[in-house]
Amino acid sequence: MNDDGIITVSDLHKVYRVGKIEVQALRGVDLNVDRGEFLSIVGPSGSGKSTLFHIIGGLTPPSAGRVSVDGHDLASMTGAERTRLRKKTVGFVFQRFNLLPNLTARDNIAVARHIAGMDNKPDPRFAEVLELLGIARRLDHKPNALSGGEQQRVAIARAVVNRPAILLADEPTGNLDSENSEAVLELLKDLNEEFGQTVLMITHNPDAAAYGHQVVHMRDGRIAEFT
Amino acid sequence: MRSLLSFLLIGVPVTLILTLVGLTHGMIEDFQERQRGTGADIVVRGTNAASAITFSGSTLPEGFTGFLGKQPHVEYAAGVFTHPIELPLTVTGIDLNQFAKMSGGFNYTEGGPFQGSRDMIIDRYYAAQRHVHAGESIQVMNQSWRISGVIDGGKLSHIFVPIRELQKLDSSTGKLSQVFLKLDDPKNTSTVIKDLKQKLGPDYPILSMEELTSMVNVNNIAGLKEFTWVVVGIGVVIGFAVVCLSMYMAVLQRTREIGILKSLGGSDQFILGIVLLESLLLGVGGTVLGILMSFGAKWLIRTFVPASIQMAIVAEWWPIALAITLASAALGALYPGLSAARHDPIDALAYE
Ligand SMILES: Nc1ncnc2c1ncn2[C@@H]1O[C@H](COP(=O)(O)OP(=O)(O)OP(=O)(O)O)[C@@H](O)[C@H]1O
Ligand SMILES: [Mg+2]
Repeated sequence: MNDDGIITVSDLHKVYRVGKIEVQALRGVDLNVDRGEFLSIVGPSGSGKSTLFHIIGGLTPPSAGRVSVDGHDLASMTGAERTRLRKKTVGFVFQRFNLLPNLTARDNIAVARHIAGMDNKPDPRFAEVLELLGIARRLDHKPNALSGGEQQRVAIARAVVNRPAILLADEPTGNLDSENSEAVLELLKDLNEEFGQTVLMITHNPDAAAYGHQVVHMRDGRIAEFT
Repeated sequence: MRSLLSFLLIGVPVTLILTLVGLTHGMIEDFQERQRGTGADIVVRGTNAASAITFSGSTLPEGFTGFLGKQPHVEYAAGVFTHPIELPLTVTGIDLNQFAKMSGGFNYTEGGPFQGSRDMIIDRYYAAQRHVHAGESIQVMNQSWRISGVIDGGKLSHIFVPIRELQKLDSSTGKLSQVFLKLDDPKNTSTVIKDLKQKLGPDYPILSMEELTSMVNVNNIAGLKEFTWVVVGIGVVIGFAVVCLSMYMAVLQRTREIGILKSLGGSDQFILGIVLLESLLLGVGGTVLGILMSFGAKWLIRTFVPASIQMAIVAEWWPIALAITLASAALGALYPGLSAARHDPIDALAYE
């Protein structure tokens, strides 16, 4: 194990309780991610990929094991501390875009800056990100006027605008056709190469997975292999 | 849609409060204005004059008018006889010449003075309420009266008839309800009252116009304050319930959005703040709509019952109504706001 990594996971367990039933979503995951890495994560449905992201991203606490993200130990975090982690340290991108439907693309991005308390500080990163998006002219449209690919690029911009240490993308191309998928994947690649953005991406698509420097295979709540 | 409905539901109790307040102010101001419209400085009333509004029970002998008119500093005395009809309306019997002298004369918009004993003079508000014009006949007190004239308002009563006729109908021949006195100089009011009290004894209430008008105000109408607070309380409960339901619905509808905000690092307080802010906006919108609707209520009253009911627009109550609504909106936001803040972000994001 390399403790210098930006993400260090060891023997991570996650148990969901639904009524009396216990679901073992993660059964001992060990993972180490270096700064600036682009990691693809693949595996069958129900293998615990999303659960791993939710824990690394501070959406849910781990049941057992050690998780450290950018120097923060997640196992001992309170809810408020996890909120802070989501605000400052991680950016999420989801399969379903998850833009706020009543706000324009620009405002969707601005909301993230507002929540992080950055809205009044001019940030060259904001301009750079908007440029990278390649949809500058459509920024004043609401999500339902944008194509899926455009929406997902806006969601990515929103996720990285506060300079998170890591970007977690859960099947970002799952709802996109191949052309739009490629635009999104290129954007992730650019972010990784130009800004050194650490990216973790879950995907079911082998072509998409190939964008990663490494591919992590998950099965039954464990990491089966690296390729 | 949800917001509009909420505005309406919050607006209704606001209108209710403002209308109630407007009615009490309007009725009181109208009463005071009409009393002052007599031009009198002093009012002498019969002993049984039960309340300030309804001068029923007339125990002033008619001879008093002459007697009072001869007192020092008294320029005119005019005796009137009043008969209440549908509250708060009264028919007032007058000696037209005597009353006109005191009040500065009637300003006729239609027709003119009494010509026969069954003639009636009404003001334009009552004319509008009854849809009648000079020359036409109306039924009042189960009697038919010919409208000899329509006057501008503000002169003691909305309805005047010859005093003899009214006394006869009331089987009170020779009696008066009250006598109005006009002095040579209003400065002499207290002197004259003192003098009259000595001469008439304690049986006859003698009031200056100022005393009479100040007797009728929001604070000394029995139960009015309490009633106002009950209506305010109802407003608070309705506002609370509407905001609570409306925002709870909004929170359910926006479960995903709440999840998104949480995934972006929005704290519980941030989410609670959003719900609270929107609730307060609902409260502001509802108050504005309620104020607009109170103008509507005033218009309805103006149009349909201008003589019986007067409603004032009491702008001093707008901030009070706003404060009441905002307080109930903030209370109403609490439960939905806390439940939104406690949403689990993963469940919220998975919500369809
Ligand atoms: N909030 C939850 N409550 C209960 N069980 C859950 C919850 N989230 C996930 N699970 C269960 O945990 C297991 C792992 O789910 P997870 O979503 O991590 O899989 P996944 O690899 O992302 O699958 P997919 O490829 O379908 O997205 C599954 O059995 C799932 O049913
Ligand atoms: Mg998943």
